[in-house]
Amino acid sequence: MTAIFDVRNLKKTFGGLVVTNDVSLSMAPGDRVALIGPNGAGKTTFVNLVTGNILPNAGSVMLCGEDVTRLGPTQRVRRGLVRSFQVTRLFPEMTPEEHVALAILQREGRSGRMFASHRAMPDVMQEGHALLSRLGIAHLARHRVSEIAYGQQRLLELALALALKPKVLLLDEPAAGVPQSDTARIEQAIADLPSDLAVLMIEHDMDLVFRFAKRVVVLAAGEIIFDGSPDAVTKDARVRQAYLGSYADARSVA
Amino acid sequence: MQTVFSIGVDAFAYGMVLFVISIGLSVTMGLMRVVNLAHGAFAMIGGYIASYAARDLGLAYAVAVMLAIAGTILIAIPVERLLYRRIYGQSELTQVLMTIGITFCIIGIANYVFGPTLKTIPAPDALRQPISLGFRTVSAHRLFVIACGTAVALGLWYFIERTAFGVKMRAAVDNAAMAAALGVRTEVVYAVSFAVAVGLAAFGGVVGAELLPIEPYYALRYMVTFLVVVSVGGAGSIPGALAACLLLGAIDTTGRYLMPEFGEFFFYLAVIAIVWLFPRGLAGRAE
Amino acid sequence: MLSGSDTLSVTGDRRARLTRDAIGVLVILALGIAGYFLFPNNLALLTRITAIALLVLSLDLVTGYCGVATLGHAALFGAGAYGAAIAAAHFGIADPIAMLAVGIIAGSIAGLVSGVVVLRAHGLPQLVLSIAIIHLAHEAANKASGWTGGSDGLAGIMPDAVFGLWQFDLWGRTAYVFGIVLLIVVFVLLRQIVRSPFGMLCRGIRQDPVRIRAMGGSVHGTLVRMYIISGAVAGAGGALNAISTQVVGLDSLSFTLSAEAMVMLVLGGTGSLYGALIGTLAFLWFEDVVSAANPFHWLTIVGALLIAVVLFAPKGLYGSLASYFEHRGRKNP
Repeated sequence: MTAIFDVRNLKKTFGGLVVTNDVSLSMAPGDRVALIGPNGAGKTTFVNLVTGNILPNAGSVMLCGEDVTRLGPTQRVRRGLVRSFQVTRLFPEMTPEEHVALAILQREGRSGRMFASHRAMPDVMQEGHALLSRLGIAHLARHRVSEIAYGQQRLLELALALALKPKVLLLDEPAAGVPQSDTARIEQAIADLPSDLAVLMIEHDMDLVFRFAKRVVVLAAGEIIFDGSPDAVTKDARVRQAYLGSYADARSVA
Repeated sequence: MQTVFSIGVDAFAYGMVLFVISIGLSVTMGLMRVVNLAHGAFAMIGGYIASYAARDLGLAYAVAVMLAIAGTILIAIPVERLLYRRIYGQSELTQVLMTIGITFCIIGIANYVFGPTLKTIPAPDALRQPISLGFRTVSAHRLFVIACGTAVALGLWYFIERTAFGVKMRAAVDNAAMAAALGVRTEVVYAVSFAVAVGLAAFGGVVGAELLPIEPYYALRYMVTFLVVVSVGGAGSIPGALAACLLLGAIDTTGRYLMPEFGEFFFYLAVIAIVWLFPRGLAGRAE
Repeated sequence: MLSGSDTLSVTGDRRARLTRDAIGVLVILALGIAGYFLFPNNLALLTRITAIALLVLSLDLVTGYCGVATLGHAALFGAGAYGAAIAAAHFGIADPIAMLAVGIIAGSIAGLVSGVVVLRAHGLPQLVLSIAIIHLAHEAANKASGWTGGSDGLAGIMPDAVFGLWQFDLWGRTAYVFGIVLLIVVFVLLRQIVRSPFGMLCRGIRQDPVRIRAMGGSVHGTLVRMYIISGAVAGAGGALNAISTQVVGLDSLSFTLSAEAMVMLVLGGTGSLYGALIGTLAFLWFEDVVSAANPFHWLTIVGALLIAVVLFAPKGLYGSLASYFEHRGRKNP
């Protein structure tokens, strides 16, 4: 399999502080990778480097064989690198139907159209409703987002990402803040993601990680200390040290 | 050479007046995050009170200045309690609308009470004479204004950096919720800061009346000037405000001397250019 | 996946929307006709209201739909007014449709320029830029008195008959009808634009620009485009004002007009075309009554009105009414 997403030797420093040090990560279509790491490991910085919100000091990000290291976030999205947010970012006054329609139109370069409403575009409406029903929120299509429950907003967040038909999807703690009763729904939606999509999930919940990932990458102190199967990760000495060590430190501070 | 020197002195004095008036705006904006378009109106109220006290009642200049500051604060307290409190933490548009509404009201009332004419504040004789510096003579009034500006800058710096209240204030600027959790009574900090800000505005309005003449539309005419000081200097920053005031004073005064016909035109052009170059202020702090 | 009933509802939607739009147009038309017959001696005022309504609609596009707070929007209106007036007075373009076209183009250019400048910053600096722009435009027009007539205003605008058929008369009837037709055309076009994908994109930008970028949308480019459209609308309003009053003064490029347009918009309710129209009508009618009674207190009253709206009806007249009915509709389905 050829890599669809390839991060090579990424490095970022803030002042003298190295927050991402020589990180390399390669993914093929259909990959299900979980990125984990203790607090302060540099996960957020890594996401920002990958999505183009901050520029690295060295290294490169390749998407479908194209070097996107110097491109801004919007350009990367248009090339198929899509992210979801850890804290839902939706338009409170708009409906789920409008959300997905906007994403579909944006993907097709039709979001600048000034005449005819999206409701008069059968293809957009059909695709949008299909997507919403796949995630089980079609019955909310015409409610304002501010009126729907947080768990359902998380599902809409996922629908938005899917509407962009990404090649690489970055899920930033997709189940964060969701009540226990709704996590199964979200997990199911993640399990049902298109099989040719490369998915990188940043997650704290280890149960979710083990059910989802075929491969686990561990980031600690800005470096990748482990990249392998979920079975091997708990046995890895460095991983244990990074996690338990940090807990031990935390205890001594407290 | 004389021209260059007079431009320099006038620009410096003008910049200092801007500083005295707008530093209060800067501090309150940093503290309460309120876009207060009505700040200039309080400077104008100060000017009117001083003019009434000194010219119509014949009181001494120093007394008039005191009365102006006290009177303006007295007027501002109910305005803060009844109106400003409602817009803390609200959207920017709401704050703009409310404070423009306050400005319009103050202008309308000033126009009704004092009429549309310019008001002068008779200065004591000592300030009217030129003072010889040995190689040049300068107007005593300009030196007085510069001294006032310097005193305000130093006094404020001491107040904020060296007093217990200043510590509370800086804490509230950094993180109001955290400061409140640590036992700082933020509403008291807000109220005192607002009063100080308004008092300084009134003071600046009075001592700067020769450079920024008092008339009903004062509050609108200089609104952008005071706001640009804050947006360029950075809200809550004394050195930033000082730098911005001196820069704007220099631009405005030079424009008036060299191209009296086009002075305002170039001033606004310069404002746009400065904000364009430093959309996040001179210090470049991210929002 | 779309079932038969869903398909039906798509066309049903369409019908409901068209009905609503038709009602909107009919209401404007009915008010227009009523105004013509009820206030035959006040047509000049009514035409002015129509012209200002275009300015407020234009402001609604950038403030209500895109969330850009500006206090310099009269620059776009003034550009349209001076554009049309200069075309007529200096270049002999007296055909009203051509004057309107010049006004629209001038307004669009002003929209492009002020959009690019204003969108350079956010928050307070953005507001400062918008205020500086209107002062700059005012000063420029004041100094270029050869072209603009300076503080005396630019007179000598003599528009020809509309389509060679309807002369502009002393009572302002032609100008009034011209204005109402223009307003209806603009209203219909804007209804289309605000609910088009582009309009949806703008609303999205107002609510969360970060999310729009994460969807691959261009925030700056979209806002500049909306500013150009807004300029065209305000320019049309300015041109209408020039055509109907046959003189253009510096007040059409003033900070006061910019601020008053904002007051009208907020009074009516931001983010809705009906709000913009209702706000303009209510404000200017109120102004006419009050300034006839006591012109001295006008500014104080505007200020008090503004404070009252912020405190008691932050959604504006139309917004408050709309949410009241929405609330009631939900209680008794």
